[in-house]
Amino acid sequence: MSDGARGSLSPIPRAAAKRGGTRWPPARTHAAFIMGVALLVLAAVDAASAQPFGIARGAAAPEVGGITGWILAKQAEFYRMFSGLIRAAKADGSAAYTLMGISFLYGVFHAAGPGHGKAVISSYMVANDETWRRGVALSFASAIFQSFTAIAIVGVAAVLLGATAHAMGNTVRVIETVSYALIVLIGLRLLWVKGGALLKLLRGEKGVPHSHEHDDDDHHSHGHAHSHNPDHDHDHDHGHAHSHSHAHAHHHHHDHADEAHAWGHAHAPEPAELAGEHWLKRGLAAIIAVGLRPCSGAIIVLVFALAQGLFWIGVASTFMMGIGTAITVAAIATIAVAARRFAGSLAKAKPGAGTLLLRGLETAAALAIIVFGVALLTGYMVSERMMGV
Amino acid sequence: MVRRMIRPFRFCLAAFATLLFAAPAFAHPHVWVTMHTELVYAPDGSITGVRHAWAFDDMFSAFATQGIEAKEKGKFTREELSGLAKVNVESLKEFDYFTYVTADGKKTSLGEPLADYWLDYTDAVLTLNFTLPFKGPLKPKELKVEVYDPTIFVDFAWAKDDPVRLVGGRGCKADVVKPREMTFAEGKALSQIPADQKNTTMAWGEKFANKILVHCP
Repeated sequence: MSDGARGSLSPIPRAAAKRGGTRWPPARTHAAFIMGVALLVLAAVDAASAQPFGIARGAAAPEVGGITGWILAKQAEFYRMFSGLIRAAKADGSAAYTLMGISFLYGVFHAAGPGHGKAVISSYMVANDETWRRGVALSFASAIFQSFTAIAIVGVAAVLLGATAHAMGNTVRVIETVSYALIVLIGLRLLWVKGGALLKLLRGEKGVPHSHEHDDDDHHSHGHAHSHNPDHDHDHDHGHAHSHSHAHAHHHHHDHADEAHAWGHAHAPEPAELAGEHWLKRGLAAIIAVGLRPCSGAIIVLVFALAQGLFWIGVASTFMMGIGTAITVAAIATIAVAARRFAGSLAKAKPGAGTLLLRGLETAAALAIIVFGVALLTGYMVSERMMGV
Repeated sequence: MVRRMIRPFRFCLAAFATLLFAAPAFAHPHVWVTMHTELVYAPDGSITGVRHAWAFDDMFSAFATQGIEAKEKGKFTREELSGLAKVNVESLKEFDYFTYVTADGKKTSLGEPLADYWLDYTDAVLTLNFTLPFKGPLKPKELKVEVYDPTIFVDFAWAKDDPVRLVGGRGCKADVVKPREMTFAEGKALSQIPADQKNTTMAWGEKFANKILVHCP
């Protein structure tokens, strides 16, 4: 955080005092709240990770019920078809088309099964009140990015450097850790803003909700409140590419203790910016966090294709998996957006209580992202094991 | 009004938490193993070890051998694969080698693999050979050996031909139990076990593992 931003924090105590001083300075409550939550999350998570054949795995047992079981079975079935189809593609071009179709289906089912991508993207959509179009865009961007990661790793490590699977596995584990840590950071950041707003609301500092449930064609450009909001004396060095050169025209009309401003803005792109590049830029952290971690299945398929002398067919297959994955994730993200919209309309109808519910929902979504991130980091949850061999 | 709303809010949080922890760790198979297992007995009739030969599927075999140098392309000798075998065996430790033994109703832990483990590479298939020793002399009348991965990342299955053999152990008889398909109701029941409970000993382990049951006189 820059000194300049820190300087702007000075109004906090004054604002708090004005409100009738016995309360903790909001920032401190804020920090205590976040820390408490973080501790809870950590406590809830059981640390266990290890690797058979050098494969990372988690501790919990599988759930093999009804629909989930069916999805898992289908996935495995498609996955088992890959090797035969890749071998067949050597001699027979039409097998390549079948392979593409199966890769696509594998992607669809793969994403429908357990995995962190859709969970993180959906929670992100809820916390940020994004539009469904952005949800779809984020889903596709992260899935395609994920395909690129797998291709890049195998392309560079195996094709160019002739690295072993063990070395590739180690590389992936580093990337994986970064990606999971990034998820935690995104969650913490959202929690700070959304949870802070909720706290304010619960303490009754916010009588009339300052509704930022904009409809899509709302054209205020509020810019980004971030470090300019004096209640936020936290660090924003999370790697989110904020540009503070945006218009802050609106800003100074607010009471400085009024968090309302932050809700709609902090990380939530204004709908009006849909046409612009800002929301994507901000969604970039989520795209990277989700897409950075390559799919083990894709890596194995790529290496197998490489061994068959058909690397390109592995590449094509990986992209088809990515498109399949994107479709499922986008569908789930769209449901999340619809749910959020529904909550938003309730909030409009019942300003006080509804807003509280909404802020609660956003906070819960931010929490969910943190829980996913921490669970993944500690190995409690495996979205997929990586083969280190 | 705010106070009144706290309840639904809590409910909301609780719902979220439930949702999260109800969708826990999971993977689907990325590795398929076809097993041959031998149970090795000493001349006095006590069991000494479980000798596994695990053949990996072709994709995993290709993946695992990626980047390993071989004198002859497409063929790997035991020596060339010795490094990989070491990594395999060492990393299997944390998973108890996926091998769970019950002797006369008591869970029995096995020792670390004997030093003569190796990988074979035949027809593009890697096979890991290793022996897990029993820690002390044991002469169980009933012995149960189960092989499974609780997280189903690795899918184990007995080979079609002669998957289990007894080496020595005169008079003992082995039955091989294949995991059966789970019924819908069983699957549902299993899926309702809270994720924070390790249920490896429950339905999954008991009913759906690859199992060897040995009865000795």
